[in-house]
Formats: sequence, C-alpha cells, structure tokens
Amino acid sequence: MEYFNPVEVLDRERLEELQLQRLRETVDRLYEKVPFYRKKLDEVGYSPGDIRNLSDLKKLPFTTKDDLRDHYPFGLFAVPMRDIVRIHASSGTTGKPTVVGYTANDIKVWADLVARTIVAAGGTPDDIVHVAYGYGLFTGGLGLHYGAEMLGATALPMSGGNTKRQIRLMVDFGSTILCCTPSYALNIAEVMKEMGVTRDMIKLKAGILGAEPWTDEMRVQIEETLGISAHDIYGLSEVVGPGVSIECGEKNGLHVFEDCFIPEIIDPDTGESLPPGERGELVFTNINKEGLALLRYRTRDISALDVSPCPCGRTHVRMRRITGRTDDMLIIRGVNVFPSQVEAVLMQIPGLSPHYQLVVDRVENLDVLEVQVEVSPEVFSDEIKKLEELERRIADEVQSYLGVSVKVRLMEPRSIQRSEGKAVRVIDRRKM
Amino acid sequence: MKVRQVSVFLENKSGRLYEVCKCLAEAEVNIRALAIAETADYGVLRLIVNDPDRAVRVLTEENFTVSETEVIAVEVPDRPGGLAGVLAPLYEANVNIEYLYCFVEKSGESAIVVFRVEQIDRAIQALQGSGFTVMREEDVYRI
Repeated sequence: MEYFNPVEVLDRERLEELQLQRLRETVDRLYEKVPFYRKKLDEVGYSPGDIRNLSDLKKLPFTTKDDLRDHYPFGLFAVPMRDIVRIHASSGTTGKPTVVGYTANDIKVWADLVARTIVAAGGTPDDIVHVAYGYGLFTGGLGLHYGAEMLGATALPMSGGNTKRQIRLMVDFGSTILCCTPSYALNIAEVMKEMGVTRDMIKLKAGILGAEPWTDEMRVQIEETLGISAHDIYGLSEVVGPGVSIECGEKNGLHVFEDCFIPEIIDPDTGESLPPGERGELVFTNINKEGLALLRYRTRDISALDVSPCPCGRTHVRMRRITGRTDDMLIIRGVNVFPSQVEAVLMQIPGLSPHYQLVVDRVENLDVLEVQVEVSPEVFSDEIKKLEELERRIADEVQSYLGVSVKVRLMEPRSIQRSEGKAVRVIDRRKM
Repeated sequence: MKVRQVSVFLENKSGRLYEVCKCLAEAEVNIRALAIAETADYGVLRLIVNDPDRAVRVLTEENFTVSETEVIAVEVPDRPGGLAGVLAPLYEANVNIEYLYCFVEKSGESAIVVFRVEQIDRAIQALQGSGFTVMREEDVYRI
C-alpha cells in the first residue's frame, strides 16, 4: 500500500481548488455560527463571501490558546451540543484545559487522517498496532486507535505505563507498529534490555512517534535499539489530534494533510507570514471540521514548510520536524535555547544516554543552565580526570552550538526520571 | 600479576555507598580494599574484592555504572620509607601513576600498595627488577 486516501496524491491545482472551496465554507459558517468569530471577523471588515482565493486567508485574524480558554469549555463550538459525539481536552497544567469537540463526521475524518499516517509509516491492514499513547481526554491513544481500525489493522489499546507488560504482550501478540512518544520508545528499549528481551524476539517494524519534539540523532538510536523504522507524527488536539502530519518513507519532513488543514508559518513576534523554508511559528486553519474549527490557530510550535515535490508521490506540503516551542524556549542570559538543541549535541557524543534534563536557576542575578546527563558504562572511567574531560567536552560542545555556557552534571544511570508520555526536559527554578 | 579492580560511579547523595555495600553483602562478596575519589557532584568508588565477576554482575543488575580496570598490587615493608622505596623504581622507569591506595596486611608486617598506572607492563618489570613482590591476582583476592 502506498497511500490510504487518493486525496494524498491529488495534483496541486485540484488540491488548491478543494482547499479554497472548503476554506470559504468554513469561514462563512464560523461567521454565522460562532459569535467569537463573527466579532473578530467584523473587526477586520470581513463579510461572508470575501474569501476569493487562498491568499485571502492572510487577512483573517489569528486564534490563540487563550481564546479557547476564554470560551471554556464549549464557547467556540460551531454546532449544537447534541451533534457533538466526543470531547477531548488538554491536561490543563498551564491553566484552564483547552476543550475540543467532534461531530460523528469529524471522528470519521480524523480516523481517516490517522489511517493515512499508519500507511505512510509502512502499515497495512495486516499490522498489529500497539497503541502506547495515553487513552482518555488526551487525543493520542484514541486517535491512533480509531485510525488503526479505519485502516483495517488490529488495534492493541495498551495505553501508557506498565512497561514490562507492554513488552511481554509485544512479544506474545507480535505487535508490528509501536505508537508512543519517542522518549517512551527509548524507555521501552531500556526495559527490554533489562528483561533480556532481544530485538529478534519482537516483530516491531515501525514506530509512529510524536507528541514531543525529538531529533534525528534520537531517531537513529530508536531505530537501532528497537530495529524499526521510526516516523515522526504530528498533531495537536486543538486542530484535530494526531494525524495532522506524518513522515513518509523519505523521512524528509512531515506531509501536512492539506485537504483538511491549511498550514502557514509566521514570525512569532510580528505575526507576518514567512515564505517556504523559513523557520517560524506554525499556524493551522481547519477547513474540514464541523464541531470546532479554528481559523489561523497559533500552535506555538516552531517549524518551516517545504514545498518541493516529495519522491513518495504525495503532493501535500511538508513541515520540518518541530525544533521547539515558542513556550518551551528558554531564554538563558538573553540567548534562545530549545531543549532539542541540547539533545542534538548530546546525541552526537558516542555513549551518552538520550536521557537528559535541563535545570535552570538564577544565581546572583545570573541565569545558570545545568545539563544533567547520565553516565553510561561506555563513557564511565575510574579516573576522575577522564570524567572531568567528558564534562568539559559536553560543556564545550553545548556552548559552541548554543552560545551559552553550561554546567554539566554527570548522573547515575536511570536517575533522570523516565517518562511514559511526554518527557520533562526542563526544570526552571528561576523565580520571575 | 594484574589485579582486577571494580569501579563504581556514585552521585554525591546520601545512601549510595551504603546501597553498593549492601548489594555486595547480599551477594556475599568480600571487600579487600577500597578507595573513593570524589568531586563536588560525584565520586568513583574503587574496590578490590574476592570475586570481581560476581561483584560486577550484581552491581550491574542493580543499575550501577560499573567498570573494571587492571591495577597492580605490591607488597612493601610496613615501616618508614616503605612507600618511597617502591616509588623509586617507578620514577626511574618513567612510569606515570594515575592513583594509588594502600592497605595493611592482617599480619601487620607488610603493607600492600595498589597502583593504577598508564604503562602497566613496564611498571611490573621495573618493580620486579628492584626486588619487589608484585602480587598474584588470586593471592590478592584471598588476603
């Protein structure tokens, strides 16, 4: 199977016609049904029918996470509650949760999108899809679940946690595709080793890994330790959940399913649109969603768009893998630092573990960044001199890459907490 | 002639040394000599034990970072000048010492110096050439 839905290879001209038609319908519907959007659109002088071509999108207002919170819980829904068949929500750790609602058709479209991602990762109806994303209000678990069923594959609803049991069932049931966060995939690989489960005892062939930023270096490690092809999947509940985009076999960016979402890249400070290739904040407009459709939703994720043709045949634009979020960006003594940048440096030093944590503190009015790295047997030496050399090397390489000096702290193996979902990379102790 | 030393990485937090020793105790591994080198954040515990294989196995199972290093153990007379005497041939042979630690034999007549050096074979040759007893592995484990 090369792709799941023929729309994935639709020629650009027809794809854009479809986008325009759907965008027009969406904006006019929101104008009519959602007071929040009527007000915002009135403010920019919009009248129904004003969308004439795709570039008119740029005249529309942005939507932010705060807008969703201000209308908590259901204020932005575009259909009556009786048409909503499912609710998902974010954890709300940074404020009120953002709540999203789906109609029956939204659920079907979403499952179709996820089925496309599984096929892009090499999946077929013969696969056993091991879903180790959390089930519940988080979209990861149920999203992959319904996608696997839509494809006709076998869904294994593991949810997160209980890693030894995950591995036992992986062996016994012959799971072929693993779906979880990349950091949990590494955690699984570690526990496999402890349990004496080798690569040839499992049948995994691919991983559909997402929900947190990760690097190519980490991909190599996951692919080697689990013996799989690792594919980055992207999505966010506000837009639909997993299935907004996926890496195909080329692994050269993630195809954004443009028949459902229009992606843009903007300068996060000015809101100005940026051309393909330039890095900035990723913005999505829903054009094929009924329950909650958002116009120009600012994701806070940093990416860039690649419009060059992909050898896989899919015509949909690719986004570069997320390098960080505008809100998990640390500002250390005035320098922007993303955890993924530190990860990229660490993973280039042979023998270092991909488990790391950044601790930021303010000492005498100065920001101090400590990089905590676990000491593996490969890099451990009985000579303090050599350990200090290792610390220095890490500090030097991080400094030359990021432009900020850091303190490196060597840690015992497994002393950095393992995640069963999104890894906690940053502890910010600065009181601001 | 070469003795296997077991080294363990320890973060500086209370209870870690106890954890190692408890783990060895439960495995009935007997410690012959030990030394700790430390920095502000971590330490390296260096151990000579009666059964290095077992020590490495049980510590690795408990998720400690462990490595093995070859060191040499030399018997020196337990009197003033004993250590200086054994250092002389190493100095003359241009052997660089990474670290050393000493312990006294039960009989009390001689002390044993454990050396970690860069050029282990040259060190053994120099020491033997000056009449020192470089201890055999099995004798050290049996002390």
